[in-house]
Amino acid sequence: MNGLVKGVLSGNRRDLARLISLIEDEDADATKALSQLYKHTGKAHIIGVTGPPGSGKSSLVTKLTTEFRSRDKTIGIVCVDPSSPFTGGALLGDRIRMQEHSLDKEVYVRSMGTRGHLGGLARATSDAVRAIDAFGKDIIFVETVGAGQSEVEVINIAHTVIVTDMPGSGDDIQAIKAGIMEIADIFVVNKMDLSGAERKVTEIEVMLDIDPRERDWRPPVLLTNSRSGEGVAELAEKILEHLQFLKDSGLLEQKGLKRSRDELQELMRYKLTRELYQKLEGQPEYEAAIKKIATRKDDPYSVAERLIAEFLFSESR
Amino acid sequence: MGDDSKLRDSMKKWVDGSVTNTIKRFPEREDDFATISGLPVNRLYTPLDLKGLQYERDLGFPGLYPFTRGVQATGYRGRFWTMRQYSGFATAHETNRRFHFLLEQGQTGLSIAFDLPTQIGYDSDDPRAQGEVGKVGVAIDSLADMEVLFEGIPLDKVSTSMTINAPASVLLAMYIVVAEKQGISMDKLRGTIQNDILKEYVARGTYIFPPTPSMRLITDIFEFCTENMPLWNTISISGYHIREAGSTAVQEVAFTLADGIAYVQAAINAGLDVDDFASRLSFFFGSHSDFLEEISKFRAARRLWARIMHDRFKAKHEDSCKMRFHTQTAGCTLTAQQPDNNVVRVTLQALQAVLGGTQSLHTNSRDEALSLPTEESVQIALRTQQIIAYESGVGDTIDPLAGSYFVESLTNEIETQAMDYIKKIDDMGGAPVAIERGFIQREIHEAAYQFQKSVDATKRIVVGVNRFTVDEEPQFDYLRINPKAEKEQLAELKKVREKRDDGQVKTALDELRRSAKGDTNLMPPIITAVKAYATLGEICGVLREVFGEYKAPDIL
Amino acid sequence: MSSSKKIRVLVAKPGLDGHDRGAKIVARALRDAGMEVIYTGLRQTPEMVVRAALDEGVHCIGLSILSGAHNALFPKIMELLKEEGVDDILVVGGGIIPEDDIPNLKKAGIAEIFGPGTPLDEIIEYIKTNVKL
Repeated sequence: MNGLVKGVLSGNRRDLARLISLIEDEDADATKALSQLYKHTGKAHIIGVTGPPGSGKSSLVTKLTTEFRSRDKTIGIVCVDPSSPFTGGALLGDRIRMQEHSLDKEVYVRSMGTRGHLGGLARATSDAVRAIDAFGKDIIFVETVGAGQSEVEVINIAHTVIVTDMPGSGDDIQAIKAGIMEIADIFVVNKMDLSGAERKVTEIEVMLDIDPRERDWRPPVLLTNSRSGEGVAELAEKILEHLQFLKDSGLLEQKGLKRSRDELQELMRYKLTRELYQKLEGQPEYEAAIKKIATRKDDPYSVAERLIAEFLFSESR
Repeated sequence: MGDDSKLRDSMKKWVDGSVTNTIKRFPEREDDFATISGLPVNRLYTPLDLKGLQYERDLGFPGLYPFTRGVQATGYRGRFWTMRQYSGFATAHETNRRFHFLLEQGQTGLSIAFDLPTQIGYDSDDPRAQGEVGKVGVAIDSLADMEVLFEGIPLDKVSTSMTINAPASVLLAMYIVVAEKQGISMDKLRGTIQNDILKEYVARGTYIFPPTPSMRLITDIFEFCTENMPLWNTISISGYHIREAGSTAVQEVAFTLADGIAYVQAAINAGLDVDDFASRLSFFFGSHSDFLEEISKFRAARRLWARIMHDRFKAKHEDSCKMRFHTQTAGCTLTAQQPDNNVVRVTLQALQAVLGGTQSLHTNSRDEALSLPTEESVQIALRTQQIIAYESGVGDTIDPLAGSYFVESLTNEIETQAMDYIKKIDDMGGAPVAIERGFIQREIHEAAYQFQKSVDATKRIVVGVNRFTVDEEPQFDYLRINPKAEKEQLAELKKVREKRDDGQVKTALDELRRSAKGDTNLMPPIITAVKAYATLGEICGVLREVFGEYKAPDIL
Repeated sequence: MSSSKKIRVLVAKPGLDGHDRGAKIVARALRDAGMEVIYTGLRQTPEMVVRAALDEGVHCIGLSILSGAHNALFPKIMELLKEEGVDDILVVGGGIIPEDDIPNLKKAGIAEIFGPGTPLDEIIEYIKTNVKL
């Protein structure tokens, strides 16, 4: 495992890939490695990209990669696709859209399924991003569909969040609105060559107009064509502008502090609940207590109090 | 009306009586029967199923609109379908030998298979061509190879079909120049180029350029041939590959005709008059497993296309509404297990195509799930056609299955369902948009997946694969491609590069680049480049430069 | 295998062959069997296949080819994997691959070839049984 850490820090691609696999498998060694790597993280600019399927996220990320590569930045890309809740499997279909960079040594692409992560999707993805950060990539894109709560959390690990849309998507974005619209730093209307592009821009601007929150950064709404590359250079500029804004306004520090607090709490919660469940799972008294609750012979509130008290008491011995 | 209710009553008596009694003794094999494409198949069809059918409006006469019964007034009584076996492998020399063999054995038209590097516009010495040269067809790098390919074959005496799509203009240019060197003018040349890029995006995968410049190349060919090559079929709008990729019969008709609509529209948009080019459009279908569904499919396609040309595109000449098509028996139905069984499959499928009125036919060889066919196997495939033609008598009357209650019902059903799909695609904005969105690809993939599941579950039987298997497969001798072919081709290519006038090549390529950036017809500059022995890879390289390359959308 | 450990498979189309009906069906079937599948799309060079396999940390590579170029491409892929020091990825193949060619492919390191007509379950079972997690 020390070898793994050394490997990641010295730029060994295979070790990075191995570490991310351990992270995905929720292997204990992964946590140990991440703990050691942590002080080497915090350098990368993390850019979240989310939006409805079909809005061209992957091709946009590909074009942005080309743009940033021309500015000598190294790139990491994490694409998250939904795992089937029934079979647990997943078709990770974003890499196929990023063929342009398949042999560029400075670009690392990793596809992840949402799985059924006990630690939450955000944990696995954010740990993978962290590993790539320690590996030394300047910019890390995180691409998700943004449909569920945990995907919103994933996007929250980013410094800059891009929300994509496309002309004629009608009310599709309404379904995704909750949460996503609130955290967007830049809106991109992709496939600008299709009719209705300007109208879509206006829709979003209107929505921003009626947003009651006071913000120093009003998310710009940009038009792009991720096939031809039109608008991508301007988007890259805006992304860099946003990072500068975060630095200048002190928001970067603020966000960093909040994220550290959230992460620590999340890790502690995860550890506590996991240990608690491990202790209780399968215990006959536990099963009996549940039966009692179901038959109204006891109530869940009192049972919870009791079990936690017992757990904490036994832990402190 | 009175007749109807009487018939209905009689039928009910039959169901309640004979049928029920028989089922009591032994049930039917399935709860529900359906064609391989999922269209329901009833126990019996009667005049009741053909209410509303009007003979002249819906069936008509062979050679007259709506062509349901065929496009030739005398059917096969005048001439049999062209027996045209697709072939090509390794070098032009070896392919030329196979051509001579087939012509001697009675084949009546040539059909050329090109290797993948050629189909994708790469020379044999391109790094991406490594391992692929001469494997699935003949390697053509320059005019020199084309000259060897047709050595001893007079181009005014044969018709040649070339299965080439993205670089079709280049291969057509080469064919024209070879003919010119034989002293034959363009207007005498008969043949076809497949030239159907839309299905490449969807099912076959040998695309080069993005859709818009690809359509331009296609309409340039339409225009050029309308002016110079009246006997040449400018496109073979294909459903074969769509079917091979797993679609149903209805989808095969629907997506093929939707592609056809897109090409016609593109040509009209480019300023051509529909009656000028429509009669030289041709089609290409597969002949799959379900005997009666396939025959009905061909008839439905013919009638539907006629109606589309007449109603939608307002074609004024009858010829513009005629769907002429080539058929190939379905490769995907052939098994690697017990290969001789494939002869039987191909026989049925060939018969379907003939009963469906095909203009030309390729029969697969028994060993094609293993490799390219041996001489012996391809001979059997050819004999299959000859036996149907000369011994079975089915060609002696036109469209013999017309009037069958089942066949006419199925023909109607396939036409209706295909029309539904076409409407859906129209609503999206046409085939190119539907392809962009992945709609067509997803439909095909879904049908393919369901088919595979039903075979794996042994609901759909494949003899020799999931039933009637043998433990020990017999030893089968199959064709091995000459392993030296790639090396030989590279040596030939080197010679060509050395012998030619590089200045001439450069001038020609520069002119091509200029024309490609503009909007003039690209055939003339391509012909000039071909004459100078510019290679296929060089010509396509220039076009790649100007047009860019196509990137497939992901559909899974 | 813990609840979140998954078999990761790369389904690849090396070379110029454009027939992807089988590859897409296998990819989907593997997904339905609970695996994480990355389908590369068409026209993959051996370098692209190996790069994707390593970066994605896959346990298995499935190569699909119907053009006859397997004798050149499959061993090249195995060679590149070897150069990277990889010996624990299960590599299997399918498509149109003549019987005669199979022994040499296996010698090069291909674990198994699944010919036309192989039931999907057979492929799934093989991978589940032979993959090194």
